[in-house]
Amino acid sequence: MSLLDVNGLGISFGGLKAVDDVSFAVKPGEIVSVIGPNGAGKTTLFNMISGIYLPGRGSVSLIGTDVTGTAPNRLAEMGLSRTFQNLQIFQEMTVLDNVLAGYHLSERGSVLADLLSLPGMRRRASQARAGAMKLLNRVRLDEKADEIAGNLSYGALKRLEIARALALDPKILLLDEPAAGCNAVETEEIDHLIAELAAQGIAILLVEHDMKLVMRISNHIVVLDHGQKIAEGDPATVSRDPAVIAAYLGTEYKEPAHVDG
Amino acid sequence: MDALLQFLFSGLTVGAVYALVALGFTLIYNASDVVNFAQGEFVMLGGMITVFAYQAGVPLLLAATLAILITAALGVALNKLAIEPARGAPVVSLIIITIGASILIRGATQLIFDKQLHRFPAFSGDDPIRVMGATILPQSLWVLGGALAVFAVLWVFFSRTLTGKAVLATANNRVAAQLVGINTGWIMTLSFGLSAAIGAFAGVLVTPITLVSYDVGVTLALKGFAAAMLGGMGTPKGALVGGLLLGCLEALTAGYLSSQYKEAVAFIVILGTLFVMPQGLFGAKTTERV
Repeated sequence: MSLLDVNGLGISFGGLKAVDDVSFAVKPGEIVSVIGPNGAGKTTLFNMISGIYLPGRGSVSLIGTDVTGTAPNRLAEMGLSRTFQNLQIFQEMTVLDNVLAGYHLSERGSVLADLLSLPGMRRRASQARAGAMKLLNRVRLDEKADEIAGNLSYGALKRLEIARALALDPKILLLDEPAAGCNAVETEEIDHLIAELAAQGIAILLVEHDMKLVMRISNHIVVLDHGQKIAEGDPATVSRDPAVIAAYLGTEYKEPAHVDG
Repeated sequence: MDALLQFLFSGLTVGAVYALVALGFTLIYNASDVVNFAQGEFVMLGGMITVFAYQAGVPLLLAATLAILITAALGVALNKLAIEPARGAPVVSLIIITIGASILIRGATQLIFDKQLHRFPAFSGDDPIRVMGATILPQSLWVLGGALAVFAVLWVFFSRTLTGKAVLATANNRVAAQLVGINTGWIMTLSFGLSAAIGAFAGVLVTPITLVSYDVGVTLALKGFAAAMLGGMGTPKGALVGGLLLGCLEALTAGYLSSQYKEAVAFIVILGTLFVMPQGLFGAKTTERV
């Protein structure tokens, strides 16, 4: 059974169909990439799946439950977590606190239990702390745990956002351009991280412009252009698809025959 | 010297009320970026409802509790009925909605209650206490103690409880808060309820000293706003310091200059803050990251 089912999803902004009739599915442990030229509707598609935008048409289901238009916080509880292309970080908190915020759901208890700092609460808090440190270690930010997040470099913030998303223990992770603005080494690290997560059984839905990265790690690729799905399949098939090549490079220009006169 | 102490006593008393109003502004501002101009009306309602419940024969403590609960419910209703349906509207529109709400509350209060000045007895009598040549009313001690207690409880709430931290996270970045599973809609409701309750509590404490009528909220909102600006919008610590400072500035102006200038102090403070340090005393310097 698929983990995420996107069915005929569409949205219009004014008269513009930003995304139109897009369908695909993601299975556990699978890495699915959404690619397409700038403005193809990739981020809009992500925003609909993750509950930021209310889809105009179509449906999204998560593990067989219809979650079309469900608020992001509910989706987080249900196992869908995401990162943003333009970073959504708690800038004024420390790096560690950012990840700890991701444990919000698993730490939840009554306000009274918190105030009395009952042993159960304390145990959960220390578990969250240990888990957060482990995640920071995994994205190589453990040495910066006590720094204010706003002072980190862009590449580091990208990794921090992934660590926070992982703190939610998601079943599916939506990554919006995780390698954008990262150098070659950082990109390779993110590459490894994504592969590791998929190997653990987490489904990954990826928007990325780094084609080498996409071709290397994806099991399945969905290609969008002008809001519509123009191709779908494994990397080899998609990269040979004439419609995809046309979308990226334009159709071959045939010189018209000269007409004398 | 005696005079100075006397001025400071009265300044700290009204300052504590300004601090509570500023705190109300802060809580709602943090959760929603909205400056709630109905905050002064919450204070007025706290006083008015207590007065009328007390006159109807309800014991004072119960009347005060009732006033706080009813006002909190009105705060929640304001969010649910007026702010939430307008979600997505620009912040300025939301602020105008709160101005509308404050006019509505004032009007309804005139109709339901009346336009007279009211008070109820002070909690511990009206005999002034002598301190080093100056005097202070026992009720002033209640106001100061009550305000400090509210700040202390809130500090524990924000630093020790997960719900409190969720409020801080929402203030810091609403989208990120939603991403980690925080129900930011509920945080908004909580903030409005809490702000209204704190406002009403201030009203209950201060009514025996300053009296209450349907229109006291306007000035209180203005003073509280000035205090919040001075301390730095969005920081509870700033609300406390800003409130007490503004109260003392007012009292000293009234005492040493002329009581005619007293009302101008709040405006001067707002202007001065905007000119010299727009982020206030404790406000974070904001820099947009691009």
